[in-house]
Amino acid sequence: MNKHAKLPETDEGTVLFNVDPIIVKYHYEIDYLHSYAQDSPFFAGLAAKKLLGSRCTACGYSYATPRGHCMECGAATEWFELPLQGRIHTYTTCHFGGEAFLKETLFTLILVEFDGVDTLFLSRLVGAEPDEATIGMQVKARFLRNSKFKPTDIYFVPV
Amino acid sequence: MRPVYMISGGITKFAKAHPDKDFRLMVKEAFDYAMADVPALTRKEIDGSVCSYFSDHFTRQLMAGAMVQDYLGLSPKPSRRVEGGGATGGLCFQSAWEAVASGRMEVCLAMGFETMSRVNTWKGNEFIALASDTNFDYPVGGFYSGYYAMMVRRHMHEFGTTVEQMAKVAIKNHANARHNPYAQSPALLTVADVRSSPMVATPLTILDICQMSDGAAVVILVSEEMAHKLCQQPVRISGVGCGTDAMRMADRPHGKVPLLPHESEGDYANLKYPGVHSFRGGRSAAGLAYRMAGIVNPVRDLDFVELHDAYTSSEIQTYEDLGLCRYGEGGSFVDSGAPFLDNLDYGLAFTGDQRWPKLPVNPSGGLLACGHPVGATGLMQAVFAFWQLQGTIGRHLGDDTLQLPEARRGLIHSHAGTGTYITVSILERGGI
Repeated sequence: MNKHAKLPETDEGTVLFNVDPIIVKYHYEIDYLHSYAQDSPFFAGLAAKKLLGSRCTACGYSYATPRGHCMECGAATEWFELPLQGRIHTYTTCHFGGEAFLKETLFTLILVEFDGVDTLFLSRLVGAEPDEATIGMQVKARFLRNSKFKPTDIYFVPV
Repeated sequence: MRPVYMISGGITKFAKAHPDKDFRLMVKEAFDYAMADVPALTRKEIDGSVCSYFSDHFTRQLMAGAMVQDYLGLSPKPSRRVEGGGATGGLCFQSAWEAVASGRMEVCLAMGFETMSRVNTWKGNEFIALASDTNFDYPVGGFYSGYYAMMVRRHMHEFGTTVEQMAKVAIKNHANARHNPYAQSPALLTVADVRSSPMVATPLTILDICQMSDGAAVVILVSEEMAHKLCQQPVRISGVGCGTDAMRMADRPHGKVPLLPHESEGDYANLKYPGVHSFRGGRSAAGLAYRMAGIVNPVRDLDFVELHDAYTSSEIQTYEDLGLCRYGEGGSFVDSGAPFLDNLDYGLAFTGDQRWPKLPVNPSGGLLACGHPVGATGLMQAVFAFWQLQGTIGRHLGDDTLQLPEARRGLIHSHAGTGTYITVSILERGGI
């Protein structure tokens, strides 16, 4: 037992914004071990310059954004290669964004539709000014040379 | 199921930041207000609660609902947290309704809050975007205003909706809020003001979009017996409905429109539905609520609507989902003047299109002008609807401009994601 026990003092301090009420800076960050799980083949596909969608093995419904099981009937889906050319279904140019994307503004988001595929795919349009994007415009896929295993490994440019 | 009544409600002033109050104290303020409005009710008679807040990221406190419960002195009574994005408040309302309708509770408190000022606006947008698919949507540039911009771009393409029509929604809701002291951003605006404000995601400007807020709201729901005992002017919850859709809007299918009682298949012969231009979950929620409440033609059978106008565009889209007008007519519905209040001057000329009777939408100012502290928002709508139906707007707001003369039946609508969870509840005056 030591009745003179003392915690060591540190010089780390606290960032203070206000005193009434007291507002301090509280830092928080975390690295997740994020598994793409059953979606993994899609990201492996991007690294191989392939865009993979899902087709239902029971009802044939096809998804441009993959899912392991069919939203319509619940059966398992199989992978299939999507065409690398499609049309803009809708679009927007973001002048602001979430903090992580602010440095990338302006950027243009598009939903791409493919012939014969029942659902759409969210991506970015590159190589067109904001006022040049139109609904129905033909776009083709490009891939990053060095894959980051993210959906942004693929993007679209005007045909 | 047995009848359920609302007997009181309370709201804090919604503001960009309330650093002087944490979430517990904000809810406590709203709760004390609601309790003061029904002096016959004691805390002892409250059987339990449901708590709504959207984001653990904003709160930086897990099990925050339990902390509100003990702060209000309601432990060890039952409680739970309900969460469903932007519809969190509406889901909380319906969860409290279920507790009373099932007979599990005689008196249930629904309490909601959000403290969004704890991070900067753009970090807040990042938190909100985490409510989109984090494998496929968020990393591409996760931004809800971007998602809604794409949805309305398609609505404009399908139906000819214009940015001026959207601007009129902003004008309406901000002008209404000038008579609501709880509102965060009352303003008198013009179409030019809306269009010349900073662009956020084409075609949405900052005035097309609601703001982040700190705030809390509570609602007290009770059985018929307790309503008789405790309240002179209870309001009956005559219908509840909820709907959902795929998290990723890219997954929205193309099928047939689920019809409401007053519609026919011929109305939508060539419409691919819902696509990304409409909210199938809203249609589903409305259909269920209308059936329960016996509503056949909503634009005639309702006296007002408080709907989830996180965007001017989504207010227009929601008119159609709720069947106030047909799909594609939302822009013309605005132009007609139907959703505007008769007694306010908006500085706008209306077409006076006779297809629709007057049906004030968001007389409170809605999310666009009141603010959107997510977990509180759906409950705030219930409180404003309750005061409308009681005829007590003047007493609670200190200004009776927004009091509708013959408000007998109102609708509240709460909406999450890109239409991922949606609730519709119908409230009616009296009925005991």
